[in-house]
Amino acid sequence: MKIIASRTVCIGAGQCVFSAPESFDQDDDGKVVVLDDSPEPGAALAAVREAVEVCPSRALSLVAD
Amino acid sequence: MLKTDFDDARTEPYGPPEQHRELQSTNPVALLDWAGRGRGVWAITKYDDVRAVLSDFRFSSDRSKPDHPAHAAYSPGTIQGQIIAMDPPRHSLIRGRVMGEFTVKKVAALRPRIEQIVDEAIDAMLAGPHEGDLVEALALPLPSMVIGELLGVPYEDHHFFQTNSAIYTDQRATPEERTAATAAIREYIATLVDARLDTPGVDILSRQLAAGATRDEAIGLGFLLLIAGHETTSNMISLAVMTLLDQPELLQQLRDDPAILPKAVEELLRYFTIAEVGGLRLATEDLDVHGVTIPAGSTVWALTNTANRDPEVFPEPDRIDFSRGARNHVAFGFGPHQCLGQNVARLELEVVLQRIIDRLPNLRLTVPVSQLRFKEHGNFGLYELPLAW
Ligand code: HEM
Ligand code: SF4
Repeated sequence: MKIIASRTVCIGAGQCVFSAPESFDQDDDGKVVVLDDSPEPGAALAAVREAVEVCPSRALSLVAD
Repeated sequence: MLKTDFDDARTEPYGPPEQHRELQSTNPVALLDWAGRGRGVWAITKYDDVRAVLSDFRFSSDRSKPDHPAHAAYSPGTIQGQIIAMDPPRHSLIRGRVMGEFTVKKVAALRPRIEQIVDEAIDAMLAGPHEGDLVEALALPLPSMVIGELLGVPYEDHHFFQTNSAIYTDQRATPEERTAATAAIREYIATLVDARLDTPGVDILSRQLAAGATRDEAIGLGFLLLIAGHETTSNMISLAVMTLLDQPELLQQLRDDPAILPKAVEELLRYFTIAEVGGLRLATEDLDVHGVTIPAGSTVWALTNTANRDPEVFPEPDRIDFSRGARNHVAFGFGPHQCLGQNVARLELEVVLQRIIDRLPNLRLTVPVSQLRFKEHGNFGLYELPLAW
């Protein structure tokens, strides 16, 4: 699975960084930065799924590679 | 077809109004009569629908619209002209300019300073008589000190800042006292901004000015942070401490395993959902929710407190369960307006609970929860929390 993140839509709440710190960070403007767009199946992928679910601006999605 | 009067009073300290729970299972998009407002209100009670409404800008937050349910005509003292009361494109522009100040990393860097403020408050509690009101001793001063810190309020002005911000959150103060305190704070923030225009410092206001904010925008932002972040955080602190003292098994879980603290904070945020008033919107066109058409011009209330007790999303929703680990609650709202200061609030709550557990082992209620006085409208909270330690 591959992460798609829309930096235009992101409102910088940082929920993704809380949920999946290995996959997401924020730049100085508060916008999401994807650190690793292909999380390993298991704990890393589960954390990314949580981030997708909690992102308030629905800026994140997971698509099949 | 207005059938029932909308009722927003919580029936018991911890839970959403019975009426809203019933609507959630029988009529999740319900048009009710809002007595006193002379209008109807669409009560949205299912979790998915609440998130859908709050995600959609066509349900407007623009409080300058005369029909908006949070317009000053209905909500005296409402925040106007600030991001919380704006739609795009302005909302996106202004929030975009400030949101870099509240990243997870920047907020985490505040931890030592927050610990210091909490420790000083606890030192004072231990130095004096070992009983008093936690709201006054800790819950109210902490959030305003933290916001003062963000705005670069110099140490010698903390007392002034603190005292006046405590007055305007006090629903028992007279309207005149509250108006005077609000004016004093606004004027004070204006002075701060003017000083920063002269000599920039290392605070949010200076950086906003450097990034192109006008003087008025900077003053407005300073004021918004205080209004949105002071009473809310304070209410959550006192409710959280009350809960741990009233349900000692929960306190014990935190003593046994301090690592669950962040989850406990999340669960308490869900459970109390103190800022439900944040879910008021105005429909700007005919909009569909759960198969029901809400006509343009309608008042819509996304009831986050009830949504956070939706059993389809949170099994056994009325149980406080620290192991739930549910970060998908809507206590900070949802969509583009989701709380900008949420990570600050989480951190303050975490530090307070941790320090109280470590440093006040004898902390106890001196009045049973059934006799405490709760705020009924606006943000949910406690007027005072009398404790001994
Ligand atoms: C437990 C404490 C808090 C709770 C429960 C809370 C809750 C909320 C909610 C529900 C909203 C969304 C309102 C809407 O949809 O219109 C909101 C927005 C906001 N909050 Fe908080 N808040 C808390 C603490 C704070 C703190 C500490 C700050 C600042 C340091 C803050 C600053 C803001 C701002 C600026 C907004 C407006 C965001 C926007 O409209 O884009 N809040 N808050
Ligand atoms: S959770 Fe969503 S809105 Fe928040 S920083 Fe991450 S991508 Fe942006």
